[in-house]
Amino acid sequence: MTYDVLIVGAGPAGMSAAVQLSRDGLAVAVVDEQPAPGGQIWRGVERNMSGPVSRALGADYRKGLALVEAFRASKAEYMPETQVWQIEEGWSVFLTSGGRARRVSARIVLLATGAQERPVPFPGWTLPGVMTVGAAQILLKSGGMLPEGRVWIAGAGPLPLLYATQALDLGGRLAGYLDTAGRPGLAVLQKLPGAWRDLAGLAKGAGWLRALRRKVDIVRDVKDLRAEGEGRLEHIEWSRHGKRQRVEADVLLVHEGVVPRIHETLALGCAHDWRAGQGYFAPRLGRWGEASRSGLFVAGDAGGIGGWSAAMVSGEIAALGIAARLGKGGDVEERRRQARLDDRRARALALRPLLDALYPPLRERLPDETIVCRCEEVTAGTIRAVTRTSVPDPNAVKAATRCGMGPCQGRQCGYTVQALLAEVHGVPVGSVAFFNIRPPLKPITLAEIASLEDMETAG
Amino acid sequence: MNADVLVIGGGLHGLSAALQSARRGASVTLVERHFLGRHASGATAAGVRALGRHPAELPLSLEAAGDWHRMSELVGDDCGFVACGQLQVAEDEAAFSAVKARVERLQAKGFTHERIVGPDELRTLVPDLSAHCLGGAWAIADGSADPHRTIRAFRDAALAAGVRVTEECKVIALTRRSDFWRAETSQGSIEAKVVVNAGGAWAADVAALAGDPLHHAIRTSMMVVTERTVARIGPVVSSLGRKLSFKQTAQGTLLIGGGSQGRLAADRQSATVDVVALASSVKAAVRLFPTVGGLRIVRTWAGMEAMTEDHLPVIGFSRRVEGLVHAFGFSGHGFQLVPSVGRVLADLICEGRTKHDLTAFDTNRVAAERAAA
Amino acid sequence: MFRSVLEGSAAAPDMMVVVNGVETPAWNGETVASVLLRVPNAGRISPVSGKPRLPYCQMGVCFDCLAVVDGIASTQGCLVPVKPGMRIDIQRGPREIAR
Repeated sequence: MTYDVLIVGAGPAGMSAAVQLSRDGLAVAVVDEQPAPGGQIWRGVERNMSGPVSRALGADYRKGLALVEAFRASKAEYMPETQVWQIEEGWSVFLTSGGRARRVSARIVLLATGAQERPVPFPGWTLPGVMTVGAAQILLKSGGMLPEGRVWIAGAGPLPLLYATQALDLGGRLAGYLDTAGRPGLAVLQKLPGAWRDLAGLAKGAGWLRALRRKVDIVRDVKDLRAEGEGRLEHIEWSRHGKRQRVEADVLLVHEGVVPRIHETLALGCAHDWRAGQGYFAPRLGRWGEASRSGLFVAGDAGGIGGWSAAMVSGEIAALGIAARLGKGGDVEERRRQARLDDRRARALALRPLLDALYPPLRERLPDETIVCRCEEVTAGTIRAVTRTSVPDPNAVKAATRCGMGPCQGRQCGYTVQALLAEVHGVPVGSVAFFNIRPPLKPITLAEIASLEDMETAG
Repeated sequence: MNADVLVIGGGLHGLSAALQSARRGASVTLVERHFLGRHASGATAAGVRALGRHPAELPLSLEAAGDWHRMSELVGDDCGFVACGQLQVAEDEAAFSAVKARVERLQAKGFTHERIVGPDELRTLVPDLSAHCLGGAWAIADGSADPHRTIRAFRDAALAAGVRVTEECKVIALTRRSDFWRAETSQGSIEAKVVVNAGGAWAADVAALAGDPLHHAIRTSMMVVTERTVARIGPVVSSLGRKLSFKQTAQGTLLIGGGSQGRLAADRQSATVDVVALASSVKAAVRLFPTVGGLRIVRTWAGMEAMTEDHLPVIGFSRRVEGLVHAFGFSGHGFQLVPSVGRVLADLICEGRTKHDLTAFDTNRVAAERAAA
Repeated sequence: MFRSVLEGSAAAPDMMVVVNGVETPAWNGETVASVLLRVPNAGRISPVSGKPRLPYCQMGVCFDCLAVVDGIASTQGCLVPVKPGMRIDIQRGPREIAR
């Protein structure tokens, strides 16, 4: 089967693009890992339109239903619970679902794979009981799950505030909230004028904070977080103004922002730029969201973090660019103006500079005993030792330590290895590359790959 | 004069030559364009195999086999070498006849490193092997090593022996003066009496810089590694006539290779995995070991290395340029030869000759016409 | 470690699944990884250090939710919705080859 466009990801960006491209008469397929459309932001939205969980998740969450319904009604072919494990130029996209591999062809590929939470290594972060705030929110959306016992949140950014508010609304309890962001510097003020373009967004954040202050102890300026316990989380410890504090804990939820999913674009050898203010790599994209490989487009957070409403707009922009490339869509420049896409995107991104200034990427020195690679359990100390006698290339560290060789393929350790290399060699973080990413993007089985040969001979 | 010897290429053969030359008193500089072991040496399955070797390679291979069993003496570490044996399986009568004929020829010449095993012994050696396998050749002294540990051990030994190693250093020009070389590199110039071309997939580029144009193909052999599993498979297993080599590593992962080729980029600077081509190796593995089909693939890759037409390496002095020694073209089976080839190169560098017969590895086999001046 | 807000309500669970041989309630929309967080000691055992792990990211990137689901080992639990009668077994250390 050959599609005009294969879209990877059924979140805000992927669904927007799919709806529009289908309207323009193109044959579209949308592949998504999840069982239902919505992405992580609107996960389970079709199920969660009533009841206590729905109320707690709030109006922004319920807004997702309109797009999900438009997507369901579109002609786009939807492939849920399907993973992309290899993309080859031309374009061949290798999929797996239900334990079976297959290959589809497309004239254009649009990656709308979204974001992942920035991995936050600290001593004890692999203990059962420690997980991310984003993970806890996903559990809330998918099974109405709330953490039990002495629950602590540690981190920075809007998501922990939002999640804490939602959890408290549902009768959840928090033992405390550890703010790792530190006090904002003067730089924040320079970002304020732009941020006023999104007054509603500003007010929302302030509201979460006020609600939270009434119910939970907020500890500011938290540093050197540590989790301890025998076989599971029992205590957490941190420093504040030079003093160590230690409390009992059953659950610790951490969050230090989100970063684009770049394994797909890295594997394809696309050009990426280091965004120092945000502390991540993002694929270099043209005006219509096209990456440095012709025919490969990126929309939404996968191209740089912007949030759901910016993602929707970038999906529409990419859809126009793709339609034009395939000789459809009419005067796309005019449509771009008519729909005021650039202005809408600017508004959607108005709060970003303020958020970036408020919550810069954490740069604490990792204690040597910290596990950096969750899969192969390689510590910061081991990586530092190897790095002292090697070039500042993460692939050399990988070869020497097995860091990044496990099933997550560096998704949890890539940026930490980069930071450690920069630290040891005394070079800017952005001058150090990410791991080379090799197929498969997801761990398919030997039998699945073996079956490809029969598929080819069968034609 | 900066050094007696400039080794170009920080793969295992370059490191071994540098180490063994330095041990004999030469001052050695080694330059590597990326980082040590970046290409073939880091991408190898690290099989330590005399089994099935071309007769011309056997003397070097058997000498190396002895070195591997005493690797700590050479580099202060066993390099993760395990003498788990290597087994070449025959999946049908034709293959079994061919295996038997080869082993008989070897034994007639007095070589005893391979012997024939029948179906029962096959099952004892590797219980998970599919029932259709008829027998095979068994080399009990063969085994496998850990490639990254081997690179580190050779690097550390080379550094301890006084070799100066410079990574991220690309050679831009080579000029022969009266009796020495001047190399311009991305990190300054180096002068040396002898240059060793251990450039791997880029050996022809190095040779061209030195005024000794030659040609070779580039192999882009692909490998598959799975998730960790409980230890079950001892020997390294291959199958005659199939692109397959199969082993379980010390970490418990399965490593599947055997020569399926990836895609070489047009500029010959990189190679990518071709998953459909890889499927044939994986299918061959699943046919031999039906129980492994459910294992998850964690990573695949394509290594790059020089390949000659007859699949034999080029080892020896340039026939056209003075002070140039070639060591490349191992065509996908050079890992085991690292200790012995390094010794031969040190012979050539330090004494100008070696007791080994290098006729089969002569550079004339790969010589290209020099471009008109 | 977690409970479902639906758990306390009078309504019966949407389904039962079998976690390490024990019947366990589950709700539509949740995943294998989500169920693992309600059952004591249901995490996997790291094949490297032998230490216990529980699902961490819930979005397919950390691989700490690997479990044996209906006999299929190394399944990413956070990507698999529960189904009635599903068998979920924890994965202790390196998996068996034939599973």
